[in-house]
Amino acid sequence: MLTSILALSALALVFGLILGFAAIRFKVEGDPLVEQIDAQLPQTQCGQCGFPGCRPYAEAIAAEEAQINQCPPGGEATIHALADLLDLEPLPLNPENGAESAKTVAFIDEQTCIGCTLCIQACPVDAILGAAKQMHTIIESECTGCDLCLPPCPVDCIEMIEIKKDMLTWKWPYPQESPPDSRPDSRLEASA
Amino acid sequence: MSHGNTPEKRGDFHGGIHPEQNKLQSTMESSAQARMPAKLVLPLHQHIGAAAEPIIKIGERVLKGQKIASADGYVSAPVHAPTSGKIIDIADYPIPHPSGLSARSIVIETDGCDKWIEYKPEQDYTETNPSHLRNIIREAGVVGLGGAGFPSFIKLNPGSQKKIKTLILNGVECEPYITCDDMLMREEPQSIIAGARIMRHALQADACVIAIEDNKPQAYESICKAAEGIDGLRVALMPTRYPQGSEKQLIQVITGKEVPSNGLAVSIGVVCHNVSTAAAIYRAIHLGQPLVSRMVTITGAAVKRPRNLEVLFGTPIEELLEQCDVESEQIERLVMGGPMMGFALHDTSLPVIKTTNCIIAATRKELGLDRPVMPCIRCGACADVCPVKLLPQQLYWHSRAKEFDKAQAYDLFDCIECGCCSYVCPSNIPLVQFYRFAKGAIWTQEQEQKKSDQARERHEFRQMRVEREKLERAAKRAKKKAPRPKKAAPVDGAKMAEKMRDEAMSQRDSAVDARKAEIQAAVARVQARKKGTATKPDQAADAAAAVTPPKGDVDKKDGSSAAKDSNEQVQ
Ligand code: SF4
Ligand code: SF4
Ligand code: SF4
Ligand code: SF4
Repeated sequence: MLTSILALSALALVFGLILGFAAIRFKVEGDPLVEQIDAQLPQTQCGQCGFPGCRPYAEAIAAEEAQINQCPPGGEATIHALADLLDLEPLPLNPENGAESAKTVAFIDEQTCIGCTLCIQACPVDAILGAAKQMHTIIESECTGCDLCLPPCPVDCIEMIEIKKDMLTWKWPYPQESPPDSRPDSRLEASA
Repeated sequence: MSHGNTPEKRGDFHGGIHPEQNKLQSTMESSAQARMPAKLVLPLHQHIGAAAEPIIKIGERVLKGQKIASADGYVSAPVHAPTSGKIIDIADYPIPHPSGLSARSIVIETDGCDKWIEYKPEQDYTETNPSHLRNIIREAGVVGLGGAGFPSFIKLNPGSQKKIKTLILNGVECEPYITCDDMLMREEPQSIIAGARIMRHALQADACVIAIEDNKPQAYESICKAAEGIDGLRVALMPTRYPQGSEKQLIQVITGKEVPSNGLAVSIGVVCHNVSTAAAIYRAIHLGQPLVSRMVTITGAAVKRPRNLEVLFGTPIEELLEQCDVESEQIERLVMGGPMMGFALHDTSLPVIKTTNCIIAATRKELGLDRPVMPCIRCGACADVCPVKLLPQQLYWHSRAKEFDKAQAYDLFDCIECGCCSYVCPSNIPLVQFYRFAKGAIWTQEQEQKKSDQARERHEFRQMRVEREKLERAAKRAKKKAPRPKKAAPVDGAKMAEKMRDEAMSQRDSAVDARKAEIQAAVARVQARKKGTATKPDQAADAAAAVTPPKGDVDKKDGSSAAKDSNEQVQ
């Protein structure tokens, strides 16, 4: 009887410690700069920037250990947003990190999938559903298109599909007939 | 009875313009029936809201007025067969939309009989309760025919607590070239008035005002005559000015009340519908006929015999142009809608849909394409005409520089895209195009922001879970290594549980080994299958090569974490 009480208390203690530790280890750091930078990153979590996810990259930028032009999924828009935020000159996207490409989502060929769960372990946002030996499916709305599930699949049944433009996602493009002029000077702007 | 009184001016809106009317051309002769084409292409998304869902199969024969696609959700509208014939395809076809994209459509091969399905008129609408009326209107596929295409039954629902004071029927038709409402008011005033009475009943509205601009004297006459003797119905004649027919501006003129910036007309007790919509509602209730056709103005300098045609939905625009003697080589641009708010079509074979009010086959001279775009001279003319009292120049600078937050600070989203500013701009800057671009870009950004916030949350959650599991496993391993107590008495529940857990653990470990073997076997099977079909043999080989060394180290802990992962996934 005593042993069991001891065992249970020990277990409770161990788990308590684990949870406490996890809470400290994963507490969202209070560094507001990292927060702000992270908020500008696309959260694809693909690692193309050379860091294991968006937040580590944000930390590196905050520590001035990385340039702001290393995130291909974010592309020009993210670089401009970061330049604005940090008061830096916008740089062109570093080609070493990859090129800005069309948005994609992963698709599993359910005929070929053997239910090995390897892609589930790779997916950074838990966008893959499935259990061992059951075929797996991607939750399309959660998939960030990071490509990380492709290499581990032993039967190559995952494909990246470009997100199709339809009537609802289509938006007016930037006008072609743009007049050849520059910004108004600040004086006029202020008086307007 | 107070129809036909002199314009009782309650309110006014800022700015506005008086563009050349170009309405006379298409009102020289009375409207006619468009010829029956061999094929009708009916997009499933002709309205605001969700696309309709087909309820027929390819090869099926349908009758005129038969429902072929049903509404999908609350904000949606069904589609009906505009004539009798056979369904020959359900697939993506180009649609009349500024994007030039294709969308799911139903194609009907017409049989020339134009045979109606059996339909049942509602005996006496005054006896029918409003919610039933709304339901019939919804099932008849009636949407706003003024151009927006919002399902009409929704705008006939005042909500439980709101009292509707005024129902406004919009017969203003302020945009140049368009005359389909004008023609309908001249030729079918009875249907419009009957529709107005039904709508008033559905809304339980106190009064109804039919608004007509003074450039349509015949329409005004004919509506006044039809409205004679009906209580609480007023016909208002208003001086012509663009964009008076825009909902918020019209409400301001008629009631003197301003619709709040991001609010709806209902919030101030006003509902606004188009006159054509009223006629469609009359047909749906009194005759029991669903919406299968509409009046379309075919005009533009390239058309030799401009006029209005009653057109079945799905009719290719080229057939209408042909019927109106178009000079195809003269067409510089084909526009759907008016010259101010319409958009260019990419192809003459596109079908007419519920929101097609006007087709303009414009010539080069007519469009004034030769006027060069020049720098903004900050003349302020745009601000003088903006009916929403915005600062179009500021909106332009910020949209152009993609400074979206600043554009929003200048109330970009209050812009109704009326085009008054572009019209008066001496530098010919396509201002509205910049606003449309900026609005779209902001919507996209907002959506992406939402998505990335979601991804961040899921990623953080996952990291936490992975770490927790690692620690838990470490703790268990440490515990296993510790010397075990002697065999416990069978009554000791806790020990029993512990033992069972241990056993389960070791079972799972061996299960993991077994599973590794299974993966290998499955890979081999897939390989064999791929080889068998001889489609992608090298890929299969790659897969096999990839699996052996790195996947070999799927050790016990990773295996069990995978099992857990998947358990959590399925929950
Ligand atoms: S490249 Fe961009 S999206 Fe990918 S992990 Fe790095 S910051 Fe995130
Ligand atoms: S499903 Fe694949 S591509 Fe999509 S987020 Fe997960 S790992 Fe990335
Ligand atoms: S009307 Fe044209 S030129 Fe004049 S201020 Fe406006 S945008 Fe500039
Ligand atoms: S298009 Fe917009 S900014 Fe231009 S006049 Fe109309 S409402 Fe004003």
